[in-house]
Parts: sequence; structure tokens; C-alpha cells
Amino acid sequence: MKILVCISNVPDTTTKVKFVEADTKFDTTGVQWVINPWDELSLTRALELKDDPSTGVKSVTVAHVGPASSEPTIRKALAIGADDAIRVNTEPSDGYYVASQLAEVIRKEQFDIIMCGIESSDFNGSVTGGMIAEFMNIPSVSAVSGLKIENGKPLLTREIDGGRETVSVPTPFVAIVQKGIAKEPRIAAMRGIMMARTKPVKIYEPMEAQSLTKFIVFEKPRPRAACKYIDAENPGLLIQLLQNEAKVI
Amino acid sequence: MSVLVYTQNWDGKFKKSSFELVSYASKVADMLNVSVIALSIGAVENDELKKLGNYGAGKILNVNNEQCKILDNQVYTNIISQVALKEKSSVIIISNNNEGKAIAPRLSVSLKAGIGSGVSKLPVNLNPFTVYKRTYSGNAYAQVVINSEIKILTLAQNSFDLFETTNNSVIEDLNISVDSSLLKTEVKDVQKMAGKILLTDADIVVSGGRGMKSPDNWGPIVELAGLLGAATACSRPVSDEGWRSHDEHTGQTGKIIAPNVYIAVGISGATQHLAGISSSKYIVAINSDKDAPIFEAAQYGIVGDAMKVLPKLIEAVKELKK
Repeated sequence: MKILVCISNVPDTTTKVKFVEADTKFDTTGVQWVINPWDELSLTRALELKDDPSTGVKSVTVAHVGPASSEPTIRKALAIGADDAIRVNTEPSDGYYVASQLAEVIRKEQFDIIMCGIESSDFNGSVTGGMIAEFMNIPSVSAVSGLKIENGKPLLTREIDGGRETVSVPTPFVAIVQKGIAKEPRIAAMRGIMMARTKPVKIYEPMEAQSLTKFIVFEKPRPRAACKYIDAENPGLLIQLLQNEAKVI
Repeated sequence: MSVLVYTQNWDGKFKKSSFELVSYASKVADMLNVSVIALSIGAVENDELKKLGNYGAGKILNVNNEQCKILDNQVYTNIISQVALKEKSSVIIISNNNEGKAIAPRLSVSLKAGIGSGVSKLPVNLNPFTVYKRTYSGNAYAQVVINSEIKILTLAQNSFDLFETTNNSVIEDLNISVDSSLLKTEVKDVQKMAGKILLTDADIVVSGGRGMKSPDNWGPIVELAGLLGAATACSRPVSDEGWRSHDEHTGQTGKIIAPNVYIAVGISGATQHLAGISSSKYIVAINSDKDAPIFEAAQYGIVGDAMKVLPKLIEAVKELKK
């Protein structure tokens, strides 16, 4: 069984988000780039499955669509434990374009389980995983918070409104992964960092594909009104304000 | 031409969010000067379907065949796709909830339709078709141009008001055949949490953080939530420690919510937490640290020990309910 984890390169979650060029571009000055948090959790779960010989998982590959400047993020995934990596050498212009590229790579390389984070923390599109599955005409399971392999058969837990379901689909499939899939992201050890330097990164040139959307301008959220403080000795006033001023209870 | 809105049902019933979705679709249809068609998949009674007409759906299509008893993303995508082509829909509107996120991207590829995901208001421009969406996990908003012929918009929950109108709707049962080989999802087990107010549906949310110090101190949070008809939530450290279930984790990597009021108790307000709650209409902070960043996001704040403040708040709410 071969697992592919698709990873996106995003600004560290504590980044102070700023824009340049009349708010049309994200300001990358001084930004730390990291593996998208949900992709990192997917990778962690994939490696846990590989660590358990009973699952029959033989390899974990990561794939990324991006220019050479995202190489450090790929190396980080290799340091955490992925066996090898694929990079499609192009700017990830939108979800449709990225999914087209990844679907092409997956067709060539063949994987049994394809894992994608449910969204990226920068564009918050929640589209890539589902799109890959439709391009390939294979099943997808979304909002996956658990993945195990029993007697060679993958079983997925998916979150539904007000509960969860255990489902199975035949391989190959795309698992679109959310919180819960792994407890905490695995951290690279020194040995892993050393080994990552020599692990193979295969580079594909992009195929001809379209983008269907374009970000044209960004804005920062409007600052909220200053906080109104209520005396801790008299919290009843808060209830009155919520009822009469905010009118929300 | 039409605007097609897919309205999910929960055991044959719609929710407030379904009506928000239809209200939104009918405002978009007004902008485009076309009609609104609502699509429901699965077993829903006519009385229930008719309710979609109160918010502007002119035609209500009902598809209920063998293959749609469980959610299979390929089957649902195929049905919606067929209906969209048949009805010549130029805009398709879906919720940005779990089911919407599962279907919309597949539909995008199937119809070669660009997606504006998680939109929170009406399109800002029709030519080029431009939508407004949350980005950088709530640290920014963006205008996004969709340049395909068909557009898909997924609407952020709790971001649009209800608009009632005269109900002139007609219901039509639609026979859509789906290739049975598409159905590949097998459901082995279902666990439902009965009787709980869903975090993503709730108008009021009471949430606890590490400042609550111990899972044994959750009693007053649960009691206050019960009195207010609120859902309970928690911050990431709390769910990581296993004090509360991970379904309650609200924040960047957990649930993104937009209630009318979010009451944060003992939550310091890290950027990642704020990413999950910044769309709340009002934020209330109760924290013993007066410098906690949560107070910068909040409109109402109480600096004090939660275990002393909460019992007084509970008393005040009980007074109010009398």
C-alpha cells in the first residue's frame, strides 16, 4: 500500500498578515513558511500507519505544487519521515490548477491512499482534495478525523453534523483530512533532518491547465469597537448589556 | 438561466442554515434577474420542501432514489451536476458545511465551474463576477474573481440573514438516474450525539480554555450554556489535554464558527483561537489576566476569576428567565 500526502506551503500560523502593491499581494517579508497544519497532521497519520507493519503501508510520499523556493517545506516533510517527495515546478495559481497538476502526477505514479488537508490556512479554499478525486474519477471521503487499516482494508471516520460515521471506500481514494486524524504533528528529529538531505525529490514540469479563480484584492478585517469592561463583582450587568444593548440573548 | 441552491436535509428536516442559503440564493438571483431553483436530495415530505418557498425558491426539485440514502460524494455530485445542466444554472449555491465542502470541489471539476468558497456576503461585482471571502484564516478578506461560465459559491454559515417572501413555489419530483457503479461509499457505523446543540448551528456559544484549570471545573460552563440555549466549545489546549472532546475545539484547526455571541471563559485568545471565532457578532471575554489578547477582540470583558464570576452570571441569567 502506497500513501501520498499532498502538502501546501503556508505562512506560519502566528504571522502578522500584511499586503503590498495596493493590497493586491501578500507581503512575504520576514515570513516563516511551514507545512499547512492539516497536511502536517495527515503526514503524521500516514507515518503512524507505516510504522505499524500490520497495515501493509510500504511508503509515504509527499507531493507539492510550487516553485523551488518551497523546497525547505518539502525537506521538512522528509525530515519528519516521508520517504520521498514530488514537486510540480509551477506557481500554485488556484485550487483547480493545483488539483489538475496533482491528479496528473498521481496518474503517473499510482497511489492507494491520497491524503489532503481539508483546507489551507492561507486561501481557505477547501477544494483541492475533492477536485483531485473528481479529476481522477475516484471516491473521496471528506471531514476525515480517523483512518485505520484493518486486514488490508482502510476504514475512515468522517465527521457529520452532530456525529460521526465509519465508512469504507475501495482504493484508490482521496481522504480529505481534518482535526482528530492524529493527536499532535510529528516533529523532525536530528537524524531525520540529516537523512532528509539525501532523500529523493522528483521534479515534474507542469502540464497545461487552467485557473478558474483569481484573488484580486485583500483587506484587513475592520478593527472591532474597544472592549467595554464590566466589574467582576457585578457580572449581572453583562447579561443586561447582552440583552438590551447587543440584543443577542 | 437560473440560480440553483442545494439544500441539505437532516433526517428529512431543514434548518435555519438551509433558509439562510435560500435567502442568499434569491438575492443573488435578483442581481442576475433569474429565478431560484432549490434542490433537495433524499426523503423529505412536501410540507417541509414547501418551506423553502418562503425564502424565494420558485421551483423546488426533489430527488429521492435508492443511491442517495447515504452521502456518497460521487453520487451527489452527479445528481447536482445533471440538474444544473438541465436547468441551465449559471450560479450554484451550497453551504460551506461538511457536506458542502465534500461536494462543491467535485462539482467544480465536473462542471468546470470556479468556486468562491466560504463567501460571507453577496457578490461585489457581476462583471467580472467577484465574490468576497474570508482568507488567511480570518486575518484578512479578499475579493476573488471567478472567470468560468458556471460559478459555485459556498456560503459561510451564519453569515446571511433570512429574508421571507411570498411563497409561490411549485414542488417537482425529479427522476434522475445515477449509474449504480458510482456508489462506492459503505457506511459501517453511525454515532450520533442526540440532544446536543450543534456548535456550528448555535446562536450563542459558551467556551472554556486552559484558565478553567481542570476538567472538573466545567460544571458552570455547561450550566450557563444550558440556561442560554447555547452550545459549548473549548480552546485547543483543552481538547488536546482530553478535558473536552475534540468536536468542541474551536479555532484555526478546529471548528470555525460565527455565532451571535461567543463567551470565552479562561481563554487567552491566541491568534489561532481567534481565527475560529473572529466572525462572531459579539465576543465576551472573562479572564483573570487583564492583558490577555482576547480582550482586544472582545466587545465586553470581565477581568476576574472565572470560578467566582460564572456563578454570579448564572444567577443573573436565572433572574432574567423568571
